[in-house]
Amino acid sequence: MNGFPWITLLTLVPLSGALLILLVAGKNRNAARALAAATGAAALAVTILLWHGFDAATGALQFQERYAWIPALGVDYHVAIDGLGLLALLLSAIVALMSIAASWDTREHGRLYFALVLFLEAGLFGTFTALNFIHWFFFWELSLIPAFFLIRLWGGSQRARAANQFFVYTMVGSVALLLAFLALYLATGKFDFIDLAQMARSGQLIPELARNLSWHHRTGEQTAWWLFWLAFLGFAVKIPIIPFHTWLPSTYAEAPSSTTMLLTGAMSKMGLYGLLRILLPIFPAQMQRALTLLLWLAVASVVLSALAAWAQTDMKRMFAYSSINHLGYCVLGIFAAARWTGGSLATEKAAALDGVYLQIFNHAVMAAAIFWFVALLEKRSGGLRGLNDFGGLRKIAPVFCGLMGIAVFSALGLPGLNGFPGEFLIFKGAFPLATWAAVLSGIGLLVTAIFLLQLLERVFFGPVNERWRTMPDLSLGERLAVFPAIALMLVLGFYPQIIVGTVNSTVVQLVTQLKPLPPGF
Amino acid sequence: MLAWTIYISFLGALVLVLIPKANAGAARVVALLTAIAGFAIAVAGACRYTPGALITVVRVAWIPSLGIEYHLAADGISLTLLLLTGVVAIAGVLFSWNVERRSAEFFELYLVLIGAVYGVFLSFDLFLLFVFYELAIIPKYFLIAIWGSTRREYAAMKLALYSFAGSAMVLIGVIAAFVEAGGRTMNLVELARYPFPAHFQMWAFPLVFVGFAILAGLWPFHTWAPTGHVAAPTAASMLLAGVVMKLGAYGCLRVAMMLFPRGLDPWGLHVLGFGSWRDLFAVLALTGIVYGASVALVQRDFKFVIGYSSVSHMGFVLLGLMTLSQIGVSGAVLQMFSHGVIAGLLFAVAGRMVYDRTHTRDLRELGPMRLAKVIPFAAVTFVIAAMASVGLPGFSGFVAEFEILVGAWRAFPTLAILAGVGILIGIAFAWRAMDKVFFGDAPVAAARLDCPRISLAERLGAAILIGATLAVGVYPRLLLDLIIPALNSPLFDGLRKGAWR
Amino acid sequence: MSAVSYLDLLRLTLPEIVIVLGALAALSLDLLAMRQSRLAVRWRAGAAVACISCVGAIVLLLVRPEQASLSDGMLVVTPLTQLVQAVLIVFTILTVLLSVCSTFTHHVGEYLAVILFATAAMMLLVSTQNLLMVFAALELLSLSLYILTAFNKRSRQSAEAALKYFLFGGMSAAFLLFGISLLYGFSGSINLVEIAAAIQAQPATPMLAIAMVMTVTGFGFKVAAAPFHLWAPDAYQGAPTPSAAFIASSSKVSSFFVFAVVMVTGLAAGVGSGGWHGHGAGWVPVLTMVAALSMLLGNLAALVQSSVRRLLAYSAIGHAGYMLLGILPHNAPSLRALLYYVITYALAAIGAFGVLAALEDEGVDRLEDFAGLYRRAPLLSCCMLIFLLSLAGIPPLAGFFAKFSIFSSALAVRSEDPGLLWLVVLAIAMSAVSLYYYLKVLKQIYVCEPSAEVGAIRSRGAARAAVGVIALLVVLLGCFPNLLLGWIDGAMRAMPH
Repeated sequence: MNGFPWITLLTLVPLSGALLILLVAGKNRNAARALAAATGAAALAVTILLWHGFDAATGALQFQERYAWIPALGVDYHVAIDGLGLLALLLSAIVALMSIAASWDTREHGRLYFALVLFLEAGLFGTFTALNFIHWFFFWELSLIPAFFLIRLWGGSQRARAANQFFVYTMVGSVALLLAFLALYLATGKFDFIDLAQMARSGQLIPELARNLSWHHRTGEQTAWWLFWLAFLGFAVKIPIIPFHTWLPSTYAEAPSSTTMLLTGAMSKMGLYGLLRILLPIFPAQMQRALTLLLWLAVASVVLSALAAWAQTDMKRMFAYSSINHLGYCVLGIFAAARWTGGSLATEKAAALDGVYLQIFNHAVMAAAIFWFVALLEKRSGGLRGLNDFGGLRKIAPVFCGLMGIAVFSALGLPGLNGFPGEFLIFKGAFPLATWAAVLSGIGLLVTAIFLLQLLERVFFGPVNERWRTMPDLSLGERLAVFPAIALMLVLGFYPQIIVGTVNSTVVQLVTQLKPLPPGF
Repeated sequence: MLAWTIYISFLGALVLVLIPKANAGAARVVALLTAIAGFAIAVAGACRYTPGALITVVRVAWIPSLGIEYHLAADGISLTLLLLTGVVAIAGVLFSWNVERRSAEFFELYLVLIGAVYGVFLSFDLFLLFVFYELAIIPKYFLIAIWGSTRREYAAMKLALYSFAGSAMVLIGVIAAFVEAGGRTMNLVELARYPFPAHFQMWAFPLVFVGFAILAGLWPFHTWAPTGHVAAPTAASMLLAGVVMKLGAYGCLRVAMMLFPRGLDPWGLHVLGFGSWRDLFAVLALTGIVYGASVALVQRDFKFVIGYSSVSHMGFVLLGLMTLSQIGVSGAVLQMFSHGVIAGLLFAVAGRMVYDRTHTRDLRELGPMRLAKVIPFAAVTFVIAAMASVGLPGFSGFVAEFEILVGAWRAFPTLAILAGVGILIGIAFAWRAMDKVFFGDAPVAAARLDCPRISLAERLGAAILIGATLAVGVYPRLLLDLIIPALNSPLFDGLRKGAWR
Repeated sequence: MSAVSYLDLLRLTLPEIVIVLGALAALSLDLLAMRQSRLAVRWRAGAAVACISCVGAIVLLLVRPEQASLSDGMLVVTPLTQLVQAVLIVFTILTVLLSVCSTFTHHVGEYLAVILFATAAMMLLVSTQNLLMVFAALELLSLSLYILTAFNKRSRQSAEAALKYFLFGGMSAAFLLFGISLLYGFSGSINLVEIAAAIQAQPATPMLAIAMVMTVTGFGFKVAAAPFHLWAPDAYQGAPTPSAAFIASSSKVSSFFVFAVVMVTGLAAGVGSGGWHGHGAGWVPVLTMVAALSMLLGNLAALVQSSVRRLLAYSAIGHAGYMLLGILPHNAPSLRALLYYVITYALAAIGAFGVLAALEDEGVDRLEDFAGLYRRAPLLSCCMLIFLLSLAGIPPLAGFFAKFSIFSSALAVRSEDPGLLWLVVLAIAMSAVSLYYYLKVLKQIYVCEPSAEVGAIRSRGAARAAVGVIALLVVLLGCFPNLLLGWIDGAMRAMPH
């Protein structure tokens, strides 16, 4: 089972890169950014190697490594990937590299900045591959702390408040997660996600909880209910799901744009990954029980955020809310698929989940690209990024507008670009499973279209704002840097099978595992 | 061979006496070499060690008419603490590289203290243990009184008297035990096997436990600790919080709990809700955890924050000891190591890196100095130390605190939950300190503080400590493989017979 | 009275004779030959003579172990008494060395002679079991000590101290004599062994109780136990430093030894009990009170002293309290502990006064005078550190094991006297208190910086050498207590009782 430790190697790449930068680079910014780029590229290469070696026909866990770590506590070092994990790794590597490229010319971003970005990447890799709560939690926190410092040290004028808010919210969520898993450990003696999911499936979890964890005479079901909400809180803060989202707009706005790329592109996916890998397999009955409420939350995430985005004039804030909206579709898809149907509607569930996975990847690329473009705009405008600050940029910087336009249309969900297939599949699957929710979420699509078109109109079209007459267009370097992202958007728009083919068997397996719910839940 | 950790330290001190006073550089080098040698010997001993055994290093008759022997031996717990002492000793010397005034004397006292600490951890004769334990008091006094800062003479005297009072209590217990067991032997192994009458143990145990626990910072006898740590020079606070407080905890385990285990049994009646000494001390330990963390949260002085955090962490150690389960007690020993290293790191940052440069410890004055930009290495080190201190997985504190919490949950569930609250408060004060000290915001036009860069010695010291906590955090079996077999050895038979799990 | 063989007497008292001859020799040498020489030369010559005679006496003691009892217990020579005598002579040698080149008097020969007479008195004191002899030797000792205290004719303090000492001493001698007479009246004998038999045979009467209290009072004065201590602070402060050293060391050793012998051998049957419950009548409860009072008063008063000598005096009172703990259990281990304690205490005390003597030319007495001494006299400071820490009971110095053995011997008597526990607790608590004032002095020496004007201190060579030797001894005995303990053990085991 323990073959060549590819995953450990993958996680070590950004870690060693970060350490190298800290120790070696000195005051030399060029060395630092070169090292960072090299590390990012190496990580991407390893990820692609993993993809290459991944067997897409089976939904089982691959590249497993399991070593005894702290036998006294029953903790193993257990990592593996399936389709979801691989997807997450790919997008992390891509977004991290994009983030590094976006920081290339920012002089304030020195070696500490790049080191922190790489630590964050390591944290992402670890989170997406870990299967034992202890080191999963370590990597979860490992991504939180560099993010905090990235915001705190290099952010905008309100960065202190934003960083603190970010820290407190996420920490509360982390603590909730920790408590939930501590309780699970005390009841079952296990930390391993796979083992716990197994116990949940075979109906052993509730009796164990009842036996070992009776807190003031609660039954097993009640304890499981509480634990479910605790764990849910942890992930809900991360994605975020309304109403746990209040940290997000200021954080995304105040963070330096290359950090925001990481935040929205990769870190938010940690929450979704958690829902899929941890929450759903271990607490399927509880999720079913809470389904109506959860679907309402999903709908709120989709609709309210879109409305809020419409009201924004700061582009970063607008796209921040738009992130909530896009990820709201994923949440919708997951909750819809969690509905217990007794074995029927399996295809729809698979479709919904396929859509979720697609959307995860596509949103990562798209959102990262959009914030990159906003960063480019900010650099040229000396920090301005209001909706009404610009006008008629299409005539001044046509290439920029063209490329950004592609990204914006992808966010809109235009068929042919990568924003479309994911949303389409989600709705296709969610409609039969949770009709009212799907219908209400359609409003979100509509509103998104409205404000994005408004953005295009006010920024790109319209009368030329004389202030920006001399704004330079994208340089060759920038064009080359942005090109891969745009290419991905186009390719995946036309040929989503690349992704779906990899993840489909995983999805099918997940759906099959969701089928038999313990009787009398 | 392990005895050479003691002898080399004392020899080093002797060599320093002979060095001409003006030569500070030579003094530092000698001290560093001695500390490294001590640590190397400890590591060698640990590598050669078969888990669960008690290796006797030296055993000769010393005062035959009283049955007192010069008996040095080590089991897994002793080795763990020897390793801790070695690491902190080296780091302490590195962080004292800048001591210019009377530096030879500084390192003499430092090495004598280290030697005495090694002696306590290696002694298996109760009299000898007490000798080394008391021997440690005087160097501490002088280190603080001569090289300390705020109110140093008061703090030094307070520390010396508290320690002496604690050891006085222990002395009564020790003599009583000696006399009770026939006055023929002071050997810890034989005394552990001796069946002291239950009523005797019932008063001897709390006496000896409290006597040692005073030095371990048991609430409410902890007040010497914050004052002492603040007043002490950096290396001394590192040693004090890092190692000397562990002397007390070690004494609690090795003497009080090993010799008088029946003292922990239930009394059969309930007084104010307590049914045994175990309940009482567990609650006191928990009070220390929560109190220490809460008070640290409102401190204005940087070093006081860390001093009170030490009280809080030592509360965890004592709580772990009271859980009377393998997982809890091994967690307590691991926490001794972990906190020793982390406290060393915290004090190094607060004392050496920050205070020596800025000459202030007031959080409000430090904020505008924007230390994260001026001395970024210190900021990074403190962040890492803070993460380790709150028990983030990957650092040694996590495994230790987790084991203690699991053990506590099985024994006193309410206390375990309150201890968890303590950890949360810990996160809060760590974050507050970090935020206020390093990441304050100043108007951009304010002049940058001009201070020397972080020296190589400081970087090395920080690296050693961070490495230690990471190594144990990533691979706790390094130490757990020493500790757990030691707890299962015949030495602790009496302890395991009671409410042990 | 049994027939006395004068040859035996001569043989047994040879050490004392040598000492007396040494005294006379030193006196004659000084008076006859050296009146015109410089003070330093006179000192050195006299000291040489004195030391030679002392060394001779020690050789005689160690080379010929004796066991004999003459003249109704007037002279009892056992290995234990020989040991104590040897120790006393060692202290005498040290005192003489400390006094070399002193400037407080011109009467060199007289001074040395009186010291040696006092030594001879002490030697007789410890080797007797006859109360009359005890009294006579004690008087000889006391008179010598009064004179030694008054020797500095230029100092009012010296005269005042000697006067107080004399008045108190005279009164206590009266008490002692009265007690001895009552004992004689009760038992019909002045031999301790016969007195013990008599007390055992007859029931206790008020006369016996009064006798015991009087005896305790008399001896209590001699050892400076509270409430009979009032002479001690002034004597320690006012007397010339070598005299104070002598009082603090040798006279303590001999006084405690004879006190223990009288109490344990003579009055053993009248012990009573010192416990909380079951307070029997006897000398143990009285002595318990005295011990507790001494410990409390000595240590608490020392806390507020600003003169180092008075501090040492009050600490001596405290230590007397601890040493009384060695008499209370009245068995062999406790006596062994007592002997060990008093010898190591005396070593540390003479060392501390030795440091003071070495610094005498600088007029060092108040705490502030010690500021920054580490820089001005590093070796002497180190020795002072050793002595004070030994007095405080810090390992690995001699004082620690002494305290340990006395406390354990006291606690070991649980079956007969469970109440000694509280006294031991008090003792340990007061030990902790004592650390404070010892550290105060050490703080001045090591922590405080000297005022700028003063330079290095020149101290007298002989005194420095003596202090160094004492310091080494203290450390040695601390690390290897068995050296002394084994010797005492051997001596005690060779005794008939």
